[in-house]
Amino acid sequence: MVSNPLTRNIDLSRQPFDLAAYEAVDGYRGLREIARGLEPSDVLDKVRDSGLKGRGGAGFPTGLKWSFVPMGDDAPKQKYFVVNADEMEPGTFKDRLLMEGDPHLLIDGMIIASYAIQANTAYIFLRGEYTESERILRKALAEAHERGYLGNNILDTGFDLDIILHTSAGRYICGEETALLNALEGRRANPRAKPPFPQVSGLWGKPTIVNNVETICNLPGIMAWGNDWYRGLTKGNDHGTKLFGVSGKVRSPGCWELPLGTPIRELMEVYAGGMRDGLELKGFLPGGGSTDFMLPEHLDLNLDYDDIAGAGSRLATGTMIVLDNQTCPVGMIGNLMTFFSHESCGYCTPCRDGLPWVDEIFRAFEAGKGSHRDLAILEEHVDYLGPGKTFCALAPGATAPLGSGLRYFREDFERHISEQRCPYRQ
Amino acid sequence: MWIGREQGVNTADNQLIASTTVAAGYLREAEIAEIEHERTLYPDARAVGLEALKIVQKHRGWVSDESLRAVAEYLRLPIAELEGVATFFNLIYRRPVGRHVILHCNSVSCWIMGCEQVKDRIADELGIDFGETTADGDFTLIPVPCLGDCDRAPVMMVGSDQHRNLDRADLGAIFAQYRKGTE
Repeated sequence: MVSNPLTRNIDLSRQPFDLAAYEAVDGYRGLREIARGLEPSDVLDKVRDSGLKGRGGAGFPTGLKWSFVPMGDDAPKQKYFVVNADEMEPGTFKDRLLMEGDPHLLIDGMIIASYAIQANTAYIFLRGEYTESERILRKALAEAHERGYLGNNILDTGFDLDIILHTSAGRYICGEETALLNALEGRRANPRAKPPFPQVSGLWGKPTIVNNVETICNLPGIMAWGNDWYRGLTKGNDHGTKLFGVSGKVRSPGCWELPLGTPIRELMEVYAGGMRDGLELKGFLPGGGSTDFMLPEHLDLNLDYDDIAGAGSRLATGTMIVLDNQTCPVGMIGNLMTFFSHESCGYCTPCRDGLPWVDEIFRAFEAGKGSHRDLAILEEHVDYLGPGKTFCALAPGATAPLGSGLRYFREDFERHISEQRCPYRQ
Repeated sequence: MWIGREQGVNTADNQLIASTTVAAGYLREAEIAEIEHERTLYPDARAVGLEALKIVQKHRGWVSDESLRAVAEYLRLPIAELEGVATFFNLIYRRPVGRHVILHCNSVSCWIMGCEQVKDRIADELGIDFGETTADGDFTLIPVPCLGDCDRAPVMMVGSDQHRNLDRADLGAIFAQYRKGTE
C-alpha cells in the first residue's frame, strides 16, 4: 500500500507529472467516484471520518469545518472554495514542495472539496513570490480543463467548477483566512471579525471554505484508498502523514513526509542528519515562527498535535527551525520580532504599536543597551499581545517564541545586559 | 484646457477632472487587455484593483501616481482606496525600481544561515543598501519575508528567479546574468 500519499509522485530532479502520468498512478479517482454517483454528503462523511486535521497551522478538523457550510435547496447557490497557498510562515517550506512537485494532487483535492460543499468557483490564493509554483500550476490547470475535469458539467455529473489562480503581492497577514478573503476581494488585507464565520458568510458574503494546500493534498488518497488505509498510516493519535521540515545548522536540512506520531528525534537525527560538526542543539521551533520553543529534552516526544501541545508548543506547520549553541537566541527571537512587527496589518493597537516596541527593545539588546527594565517590558508584552488581547492571531503568534524564549534562554538575555554586548558576536 | 464633463464645477475640480480624463487614455492596449481578462475572473471591479496594479507594474516597472490614478479611473474605484491597497502590499512598488528587483530573504532560517553576511556581500558587489538602486538602474535591493526555501538558505530572488545556498554562491556571477546586454 501507498505509505507516502503526499509525496509519492514528487521527484524534483524532473518535471512534475502531467495529467496522464498522474492519472496512471490512481490520480483523480475521487472524481471518478463522484461521476459514479457519490453524493456531496458522502464525500463530507468520508473526510470527517478520516480524522484529517488542517495542516496550515491551527489543526482544526477539516470535515467539521466543511460541515458548517449551509447545504441543500435553501442554501445560497453561490459558494466558494479557496486554497490558502500564501505560505509565508517563517521557516516553512512545505506547500511549495507540493505545488511544484505534484500540481495535479492539489487540483484533484480541490475538485473533491469543491464538490463536497457544492462550490462552483474555487480560488488558489498563491504567494506572489512563488513564481515557479505559478508556472507549474497554470500548466496543470490548463491540462485539467482540457481533459474536462474542470469547466461545465464535469464528466456528466452536472457539477461545474472553475479554478482560478490568484497571485498575491506579499503580506503575511493574508495567511489569516478572513484577511485572505479581504485580499481576494481587492481590499486591504485586514482580518474580519468572527462571527460570521467564512463557512456561512465569506468571500463576497457567500459561504466559503478556506483550506491549506497540504490539507487538500490529503483528500485524493482518502478518496482513493479509504479511511482504514488512512488511519493505518499514522504512528500516533492523529491520522495520516504530514510533511515535516528541518532548517538551520543541521547536516541535511530538508522536508520529508512522515507518519504523524514519528519521534521528533528520528526527524532531527535520522532525516536531518543531526547537528553539524561542532554544534549542539540548543532549542527548536517545532512548526514555524509562531510556535513556542522546545528543548533538547523534548526530542523523545512524538510529532503529534497533543504531544507537542503537552510541551507547551504547537505542531502547527511541522517545519522545525533549529537553534544551535553558537547562534544567539536573543538575535533569533529579535529577527522574528522584526518580521512580526513588519507584517502587522496595523488594524488593532496592541499589535500595531506593541510589536514595534518589542522589536526596538531587541535592537537595543543587540547594541548592548538592553536593561532589566526592558526585560520587564518584554515580559509584559507576552501578556499584552497574547491570545484574546488582539484582533487576530498574528501578535499572539509572536508571543510564542518571545514568551518561551524569555523563559528558556533567560541567561542569554541576562548576559546581553551584564556584558553590554551580544556574547555570541566575536 | 477645459475638459470638464459637468457644467458648474469650480476651477479646482475642472483641473482634477482634466487630469483624470487624461489619465484614462494613459493605459496601453496590452495593459487594458490583461486587465479585462482579470475582470472575467472576479465578480466585481474592486477585486481586479490589485491585479491591475500588478499588470501596470509589470509593463512599467513600478506604480506611479499617474498609473495609480489611471487604474482607479479605469476601474471606477476610489483613488484613496486603491492607494490603500497599493501601499499595503510588499510587492507593489510606489517608487521607481531598477530593471531587476533583488528580494533578499532575511527571515529566521536565512538569518541563522548567514543572510546578514550575504547582504553585506550584495552591498559590496553592487554598492547598494535596502531600498536603493544601482546607478546604472540595473538592480534595486529590498528585504522580503521568508521565501519558503529554508532547507536551501540563505536565498534571494532576482526578478522572478530564486537563487539558493547563497553562502557558497558566486554573487558576482549571478548578478552578471542580469546585467544589461547579457540577458
